[in-house]
Amino acid sequence: MSEFFQWLAGVPPLVQVPIVLVAFAVLIAAILAFVEIATKGGRVFAVVRFAAAVLVPVAILLVLGLYNSVMWVAALAAVLGAVLFFLDRRSRSGAGSLLQLSGFLAPAMLLLAMGLIYPTVRTAVSAFMANDGSGFVGLGNFLWVFTSPDGLTALLNTLVWVLVAPVVSTIIGLAYAVFIDKSRGEKFFKLLVFMPMAISFVGASIIFKFFYDIRQGEQIGVLNAIITAFGATPVDWLGLEPWNTLFLVVILIWTQAGFAMVILSAAIKGVPAEQFEAASLDGASPWQRFANVTLPGIRSTVIVVLTTISIASLKVFDIVSSMTGGRSDTTVLAFEMVRQFQLGARTGYSSALAVILFILVLPIIIYNVRQHKKQRGVR
Amino acid sequence: MSTVSESSRRLLAATEKTSGKLRKATTSRAATIAAFIIAAVWTIPTFGLFVSSFRQADDIKTSGWWTALSNPSFTLDNYAQAFASGDSLPLSKAFLNSLVITIPAAIVPILVASLAAYAFAWINFKGRNTLFVLVFALQIVPIQMALVPLLQLFSDGVKIGGLYILPGLGVNGLDGAYAKVWIAHTIFALPLAIFMLHNFISEIPDEVIEAARVDGAGHGKIFSKIVLPLSMPAIASFGIFQFLWVWNDLLVATVFTSGGGLPITKALQDLSGTYGQSWELLTAGAFISMIIPLAVFFALQRFFVRGLLAGATKG
Repeated sequence: MSEFFQWLAGVPPLVQVPIVLVAFAVLIAAILAFVEIATKGGRVFAVVRFAAAVLVPVAILLVLGLYNSVMWVAALAAVLGAVLFFLDRRSRSGAGSLLQLSGFLAPAMLLLAMGLIYPTVRTAVSAFMANDGSGFVGLGNFLWVFTSPDGLTALLNTLVWVLVAPVVSTIIGLAYAVFIDKSRGEKFFKLLVFMPMAISFVGASIIFKFFYDIRQGEQIGVLNAIITAFGATPVDWLGLEPWNTLFLVVILIWTQAGFAMVILSAAIKGVPAEQFEAASLDGASPWQRFANVTLPGIRSTVIVVLTTISIASLKVFDIVSSMTGGRSDTTVLAFEMVRQFQLGARTGYSSALAVILFILVLPIIIYNVRQHKKQRGVR
Repeated sequence: MSTVSESSRRLLAATEKTSGKLRKATTSRAATIAAFIIAAVWTIPTFGLFVSSFRQADDIKTSGWWTALSNPSFTLDNYAQAFASGDSLPLSKAFLNSLVITIPAAIVPILVASLAAYAFAWINFKGRNTLFVLVFALQIVPIQMALVPLLQLFSDGVKIGGLYILPGLGVNGLDGAYAKVWIAHTIFALPLAIFMLHNFISEIPDEVIEAARVDGAGHGKIFSKIVLPLSMPAIASFGIFQFLWVWNDLLVATVFTSGGGLPITKALQDLSGTYGQSWELLTAGAFISMIIPLAVFFALQRFFVRGLLAGATKG
């Protein structure tokens, strides 16, 4: 496989795309063709099954390109394949069913085991090891996070992000959704606020770098131009500690308010019309109608939106990386984690930061997923 | 509002079948003004950058973009320059890299995930629920947990006692190699993709699958001839979400690409670091990077919203 990718690297980039897609399609077609005949009875198919069970693992190993002890590992794979074959023959749902199942599940499961489960376990382990992986340091790395300036700043800033961004984005999104509900040109107005969702955080950061710009002489950044017009001296917004983190949070709010607005707008339209009529008959003011009819009706959606943006805030990396590069005390967990690794290969520190991030994200995602399950079908 | 007599309002409520008018009443004048302000605040920063991208380099640095509205003098030079310039690689090459990274990284995970989703939905096996819950639970793992070890795995492989369990990819330092970033994006997409597609595939009516089975189709045929075509709406939703996610991604690109393989987000970020003052390049570059996602977004909004909501936990 490494040979394939090495060969591929020499091909012009745009030609690589069809080659990879065709190679992948052939692989999938082969799996499906095998799956289709896997459960057929008769001696011929039994031979095909046996060949597949024994040869495929061997072939995979050979394709992966093992450098040493090829024969040993290949033999082991063949034995495992044979065991699989006999297990399959005796399986309750008939011969072939187990092999067929592996055809469907193996690609995804192998990738997940290799790229998500194994690395996560390794990160969890290295969080307790020294930076060069030489020895066990207990909670030392976590202690570093909670005591060093970089770690502590990252932690506190992340808390600011997660406290401010979700609430403000949701309030703005909800207000906007209510204001433009049923108005003329509603679609167009939605698009204006929703569009930042399609822009990358890097793109958004450049937009706001320009917005916050400061320089000698005439100001070209909107913000400084406004305050100088009122006679104030221009401010270096991104260097203004501790407020600069909030100015970065603004960018996330700018991108997420549209998300909140679109989802909440759909929910508002799902509130039964009769409830509005009843409230109006009772003489409720617009605000009362909003507080007593709309809000209870969309409560669960509001929670989904809040938790979703919270997760995005906890994991924010791009904005900090492109706006300040973590300077002027703006670093956050996800950014500090990559920086610790790239600056000095401090895997211990880096892993500890990742684990803390995981622990912070965990309850929110679980809650979100549960709300989401309840919510499904509302849309 | 409150001066409108109670009786006329009752009449209105009684005659109106839809609540349209009634809800309209919540949008008072103040609300309309507030909505306009929000819309303006949300569009002005982008608009400013857009106007600037067409201004002369000297103008951008010496006067605000709003002065160009009264005193217009526009040029396409910035775009020409941005396409050609860049610290290590031209932006045009980075744009190409983004395409080359994004297309396979959006298609491959969908197929791998739909195979698995089909097995979870339509094949009975022992431990099915346990395994599905496990895959589902993987969504809670932030990709930050996996980045560094996965990178090491790509370069060094996994060894136990001197035996390779998995060899490295051996593509480090190869300029045209995208394997690492393709595989990384595919893996990180799987838990969500399996979950989303399973939701959809498991809701295909029993009778449809049963009828095919009676006709003698095996799982392979049922999957390719019936389930895959029927799942197109879900595949489109996830595909678009994943396409935009990969195109706009910076974190995975930062870790898994280098040299001549950088996507446009990373190239742009490097540009904004090294050429902090070259606004003419940054403004044009930013818009070059936004063309594709904005086009996809405007053309396929409907699918995108659905993917977005399901993708809440991604990353």
